[in-house]
Amino acid sequence: MTFPIFPKAASTTAVQTDYLYFMLLGFSAFILALVFFPMIVFLFKYRRGKKANRVDPHLPEMKVEVTWTIIPIFISLGFFALGARAYFTEEVPPDGTLEINVIGKQWMWKIQHQEGNREINELHLPVGRAVKLTLASEDVIHSFFIPAFRIKQDVVPGRFTTEWFQPTQIGVYHFYCSEYCGADHSKMQGTVFVLSPTEYQNWLTRGEPKNSLAQSGENLFRQLGCSGCHVNSQAVHAPPLEGLYEKLVPLNDGTFVRADDKYIRDSILLPNSQIAAGYQPVMPTFQGHITEEQLLQLIAYIKSIGNETPQKNP
Amino acid sequence: MSEENKNYLSTGDTVKSWLLTTDHKRIGILFLFSILLFFTIAAVAAALMRIELLTPQGDLVHADTYNKLFTIHGVLMVWFFLIPSIPSVLGNFVIPLMIGARDMAFPKLNLLSWYLFIIGGFFAFHAIILGGVDTGWTFYTPYSSAYSNSHVVEMALGIFIAGFGSILTGLNFIVTIQTMRAPGLTWFRLPLFIWSLFATSVILVLATPVLAITLALMSVERIWGIGIFNPKLGGDPVLFQHLFWFYSHPAVYIMILPGMGVVSEVITCFARKKIFGYYFVAFSSVAIAVVGFLVWGHHMFVSSQSIYAGMAFSILSFLVAIPSAIKVFNWTMTLYRGSISFEAPMIYVLSFIALFVIGGLTGLMLATLPVDVHVHGTYFVVAHFHYIMVGGMVTAFMGGLHYWWPKISGRMYPEKLGQLAAIIMFVGFNLTFFPQYILGYLGMPRRVHEYAPEFQIYNVLSTAGASILGVGYLLPLIYLLWSIFYGKRATANPWNATGLEWQTSSPPPKNNFHETPVVTEEPYNYPPLNEIGEITLASNEHK
Repeated sequence: MTFPIFPKAASTTAVQTDYLYFMLLGFSAFILALVFFPMIVFLFKYRRGKKANRVDPHLPEMKVEVTWTIIPIFISLGFFALGARAYFTEEVPPDGTLEINVIGKQWMWKIQHQEGNREINELHLPVGRAVKLTLASEDVIHSFFIPAFRIKQDVVPGRFTTEWFQPTQIGVYHFYCSEYCGADHSKMQGTVFVLSPTEYQNWLTRGEPKNSLAQSGENLFRQLGCSGCHVNSQAVHAPPLEGLYEKLVPLNDGTFVRADDKYIRDSILLPNSQIAAGYQPVMPTFQGHITEEQLLQLIAYIKSIGNETPQKNP
Repeated sequence: MSEENKNYLSTGDTVKSWLLTTDHKRIGILFLFSILLFFTIAAVAAALMRIELLTPQGDLVHADTYNKLFTIHGVLMVWFFLIPSIPSVLGNFVIPLMIGARDMAFPKLNLLSWYLFIIGGFFAFHAIILGGVDTGWTFYTPYSSAYSNSHVVEMALGIFIAGFGSILTGLNFIVTIQTMRAPGLTWFRLPLFIWSLFATSVILVLATPVLAITLALMSVERIWGIGIFNPKLGGDPVLFQHLFWFYSHPAVYIMILPGMGVVSEVITCFARKKIFGYYFVAFSSVAIAVVGFLVWGHHMFVSSQSIYAGMAFSILSFLVAIPSAIKVFNWTMTLYRGSISFEAPMIYVLSFIALFVIGGLTGLMLATLPVDVHVHGTYFVVAHFHYIMVGGMVTAFMGGLHYWWPKISGRMYPEKLGQLAAIIMFVGFNLTFFPQYILGYLGMPRRVHEYAPEFQIYNVLSTAGASILGVGYLLPLIYLLWSIFYGKRATANPWNATGLEWQTSSPPPKNNFHETPVVTEEPYNYPPLNEIGEITLASNEHK
């Protein structure tokens, strides 16, 4: 048996979190000394039967109280500010990240890479590159937790959540599900492999050539019949999807919405909730007909045509 | 002996005289025995978990069984032990005595609270016998409402019913404290235990209905498939967490404020000193009750709630720590120039302060957003809330029980054994839960029945500590029962404490006081001390 005290710190976030944690540990030690040193002295000095000055000292109560109220408030605000600043950078991903999808289901983690690689309970990453995970759940709430990176995000059914990090150390680390999700919750874990960029490239191209995520999405787009209406249809008037991703879409009610992952997800599962201006609410819902994995493939496809111009609709 | 002069225990010993009693003291004792029953079941569940966790593999029980064990442990400890512990047992017994009243404002309602508690407990117990529940005490949706195959609704019903008992207890306390105080007992002459229970009662009355609604909505979704929390039915699973923690975070203060009240009573008595900063200690209870309603979102920093909400809840969580810090500083200053003796209640209270400070400081770490992101859902959180709820509340409950035991039973407990048990509990507790902080920062998730081998050493230490803690809990169970029959008879005021409850006989007569007491001075008005810490009555008269 070993006596580890601190986990490995293998991401930029980990360094920042540990820094805060050590500051808080130091502060806690200071407070413990501040409370317990006088307390122990008093307990010893004023124990019954021991000679001591016990005359009521008439301390200026108000001044004492205000002092030990105000000082902790300012210290707390300082820690809050440091924490809030770090949290903000931790929650908002930078541009140009490597995007990977993670789907949690009872009781396994499925991982989709944009290049088409798929993994179960394993996650391969290149060192030194910022990675953004888009997380989805097929069933209950899970939570994706990599202790060595000090990051964690709940994976909530019915929505996408994201988390990002930048691995800094080549190595092998655990990841866990940290939100209780049923019988085999403890088995819902896996391994992160942080590789050098070349090893990562080798890993990506290993094995049979495969469809990229966007290509799988495009195939799905035809199989599910989406293309029947959304591509040059004579019969049904449906909005074109080329050049849509991340653009502002005017809605029927006069408002605008950004066509991000959430909007596309809602448009597929709850098509009547936000109708694009000038179109009829005729699209059927795909709720219950497609999995989270397929949904993410469709979004990858729509994203891949995000810079194309729509063909002229007759 | 005339009816009037009999003590409350000798006014009848039939089962009926207990089950139909409206005497707040007897109801307190009914609560004491019922919560001990639930505590025992929940403690056995904890023991089984700790034995399972000795090894990284799941080898003692199946994963399913393990999940049911931690659910039983959590549900019973929170709703059927901690929440009623100090309020319903000690509060029930001593509030009317402390304020010079003959009983609660609504004695029959008080008995109804106990019956609701027992009926709720029956459903919870029945759900366990039928096969248990595997959702954890938090009942997160959609797992609880759509995926779990266990007796979720029946368990929720038990909590729902017991919750109404809590509401009625809170209501009774508020009205009693407002209207039944003895002549001269103004608000600022009240003992601080009363202030803390008043603040607790406000939380009980305002927060518990939200829990009832939340559990009802969850059950409606589970039984009839009406979409509220399940996204497949158009619901929002995170909404459940908001509702649940809107109750359950204030409930944490239900589980600590009464303990703080006990500390103020005991520390003044065994230091022979007036409390330092009475107003600040009193109003810090009120501040905790108010701000405690505004911090629920700190349970949800990684739940996908907005980062700006996260920041607001973080700052409020820092601020809610301030009143607790004020209390600790005031307790320390109270010891200054006192005359300190170390009977068992005092040892419990000192260990309360030590454990509560550690629990509170780690609470600040959890309020710091990036640190919480890392340790949320790990053993760090488990260690933190056990430091507050077991290190804090259970320790204070034991301290209060020993302190008022002479009043309750009319007998003294064996002092040496009492001190020994308090020390064993302190040692056992720290060995059980301190290693869990390290485990949590290392990344061991909570609620797992198997874990990575590198976590084993701390789990072994924790299990070793739990067995010491178990001995610590068994001791008082044995010697307190023994003392009921063989203990030395207690005088009216064995600790030479101030406070009205010590001015009547031990045990008190049925109607508490032969004559209504009149209060003419501030609480904890201990007379001046001489050089070696004895009370100098002469100088008191001189004053």
